[in-house]
Amino acid sequence: MIEARTGVRALALETIGMTKTFGALAALDDVSLRVEPGSFHALLGENGAGKSTLVKCIMGFYQAEQGSLLLDGAQAVVRNPRDARALGLGMVYQHFTLVPCLTGAENLVISRADAPAVIDWAKEKRALSAFLDRMPFRAPLDAPVSQLAAGEKQKLEILKLLYLDQRLLILDEPTSVLTPQEADEILGLLKGMTDAKEISVVMITHKFREVTAFADSVTILRRGRRVGGGLVAQMSTQEMGGLMIGDTQISARAARAERPPGSPPAETVLELAGLLATDEEGIDVLDRVNLKVRAGEIVGIAGVSGNGQAPLVEALSGQRTLRDGRIFIRQQAFEPTRDAYHRLKVFGLPEEPLKNATVPHMTVAENMAFRSFDRPPNTRFGWWLSPGPMRSKARELIARYRVKTQSPESAIGDLSGGNVQRAVLARELSGEVDVLIVANPCFGLDFGSVSEIRSRIMEQRNSGAAVLLISEDLDEILELSDKVAVMSQGRIAYVAPVGETDRATIGRHMAGHA
Amino acid sequence: MNDSLVVIVLLSLVGGALRVSTPFIFVALGECLTEKSGRVNLGLEGTLVLGAMSAYATSYHTGQPWLGVLAAGCAGAMLGAIHGFVCKLPRVNDVAIGIAMMLFGTGLAFFFGKAYIQPSAPRLGEIGLGDWTGDAKIASALQINSLLLIGVAVAIVMWWAFANTRWGLILRMTGDSAPSAKAMGVSVDLVRFLATTAGGFLAGVGGAFLSLYYPGSWNQGLSSGQGLMAVALVIFARWNPLRCVIAALLFGATGAIGPALQSVGVTQGYYFFNAAPYILTLLIMVGSAGSKRAARDAPGELSITK
Ligand SMILES: Nc1ncnc2c1ncn2[C@@H]1O[C@H](COP(=O)(O)OP(=O)(O)OP(=O)(O)O)[C@@H](O)[C@H]1O
Ligand SMILES: [Mg+2]
Repeated sequence: MIEARTGVRALALETIGMTKTFGALAALDDVSLRVEPGSFHALLGENGAGKSTLVKCIMGFYQAEQGSLLLDGAQAVVRNPRDARALGLGMVYQHFTLVPCLTGAENLVISRADAPAVIDWAKEKRALSAFLDRMPFRAPLDAPVSQLAAGEKQKLEILKLLYLDQRLLILDEPTSVLTPQEADEILGLLKGMTDAKEISVVMITHKFREVTAFADSVTILRRGRRVGGGLVAQMSTQEMGGLMIGDTQISARAARAERPPGSPPAETVLELAGLLATDEEGIDVLDRVNLKVRAGEIVGIAGVSGNGQAPLVEALSGQRTLRDGRIFIRQQAFEPTRDAYHRLKVFGLPEEPLKNATVPHMTVAENMAFRSFDRPPNTRFGWWLSPGPMRSKARELIARYRVKTQSPESAIGDLSGGNVQRAVLARELSGEVDVLIVANPCFGLDFGSVSEIRSRIMEQRNSGAAVLLISEDLDEILELSDKVAVMSQGRIAYVAPVGETDRATIGRHMAGHA
Repeated sequence: MNDSLVVIVLLSLVGGALRVSTPFIFVALGECLTEKSGRVNLGLEGTLVLGAMSAYATSYHTGQPWLGVLAAGCAGAMLGAIHGFVCKLPRVNDVAIGIAMMLFGTGLAFFFGKAYIQPSAPRLGEIGLGDWTGDAKIASALQINSLLLIGVAVAIVMWWAFANTRWGLILRMTGDSAPSAKAMGVSVDLVRFLATTAGGFLAGVGGAFLSLYYPGSWNQGLSSGQGLMAVALVIFARWNPLRCVIAALLFGATGAIGPALQSVGVTQGYYFFNAAPYILTLLIMVGSAGSKRAARDAPGELSITK
């Protein structure tokens, strides 16, 4: 009926006074938001500001305690995600919701509310390829989703919503797993669709660049409250940033301490010698990786995701066995055991820390003590755990790294995405560090935390740690590294000191045309 | 050993595989269905025994063995439903409940089954696959029961349905990623409840085979752990119903090694060969523990592989 009246398919969305509490914490406090039909709306806020909670309330994943939802001006009741879908609301969650064991095609078809009881695959495949022909980008449909790279998964998530013909798309940090080119491509497409008034988009992001390039309007949350918003054209990024952090002071960025000229080169601390690893199918994922990292040096590994970065981090953190090759730390062969990590002071922040570096159901304090729970003062007589020192240490780290949590006793899985990251970093950086391995450390963090975490990494370098930084964000690599390496198809394709190279050269090697 | 002896041994292996494997097929398919939904039901041993008892008792009272099969399925479905219901309560562990249900099922069967140890009930008929050969040995080795054929048919239907029906996809989705299922508005608990119930039905039917066909009577030592071994079998079959059938036949054949050798006069190591299925179970568990392929095919939500 709306379509007939206005010719606009896009939905208008409005929330009035949304409130949602988790225990004592008000994750949302009287939040009102308005999205015009056919607009591209950005939702900004620090980690833990309540952005994900707000959109999950809209989608019926959580029930707000107060407040109402209007769609095209009419009161809507969304009790569960199924209701939301029927109303034309679709969401890409911060964590993927595609089913890993199903293929792309199966994922698309089963997500349809009217999926047939018996599926005629020949017919569905024809319909799908006709659908894909109308889309400006595609994703593989015949492989199980578990075998897709992050970028492909994200495209498939968005394709799924378009396939379901949803008229308002909510995207929770959709670009954090994409390269800047992929992100521009996908957001550009969505922007085109909003301009044509086919869909409205609400996007949560931490990247101002995306806000200014694609969004029409913006809403800013801080600590669960709406603190501002308006048309993007009328606001500067400084203004938005100011609203996001409020009166919190951002600490000054740690500077790179230059080594005195003429001093002898520092000793090599971390050496990767011919690392070779294969995946389940027997395909080489690490193909003779050789790399040296000296003390007081950051070596940044750039590369398009899926070129062996994840296996490399897994190998270094003992999650993947090597087919061949050795890791040396100060000339000693390094086996990734708990004892060796402790003795050689090796620390790290892997990708997806919630999955790879925490136990989600255990408390923040326990997770923060993973490195030290079996040593004094946390342990007496070598076996008796004392929770007291563990808790007080956790309190200190929570304060120092500004981890937003209700208490040290909350389950770490309940923290917002960015705060899990901080909690893990707090654990890993709190002691004396000789070797630091970090993968995408600022993935999904707000700009205040980004600045802070990069400072911490730089501080570690300045105090003599050998840092291996694996990142898909080239700006991060160029800002922090002393030496840049490019990883392509499982091997190190290029190494150069940061002063002797440039973006174009690195980009060429990343794309594999050297 | 001369040729005819080898033929006899092979024939009794095949015969044994066909005869002994049916309960394995049903329990494994039931477990496969349950595990595909993301839950483990270790109680199928109890389901099997209760199914055997119900089938025997029903057949005895009504004189209709197929009614007994149905009763066995219903008894199994009831146990499955209890398991499915209890597991959906918060903080309940499916493995622990499974073990409780195993004890509950066997206990119930022994309690009500006391009266049926003596009397003899009508048994299920058989189909002679080898009758046309005119050779008595071949004919007796290749005698099968229609439950075997039904089991194979169920496996094929399940295998097809997992890939080609809405229900199949929803089941796999629930088993692989509960958050995705929830995001799609699927009731995870309901799917698992139904899968566990249906899985219990299949396992109960497997029990009916034990008491109504082979060995073909009701007593307390009827099952020798088939219900538990099915769990290993499902892992070995990597959650594929068709491979479940093959694995079940393999288990049946290993179980027949001892009797087969005995039939040609090899009595040495008889007990050792009788233990072959259990040794096979162990080897499978050891082998699949480090198998990356098994890990990849496992439903993501399974508590034993998570
Ligand atoms: N299920 C839950 N139980 C308890 N607390 C929760 C739960 N989900 C979120 N919270 C808390 O609510 C607050 C808001 O979380 P939310 O996930 O909405 O943040 P966010 O703005 O999306 O942050 P990020 O940018 O890090 O993703 C956080 O302090 C978080 O710890
Ligand atoms: Mg979030």
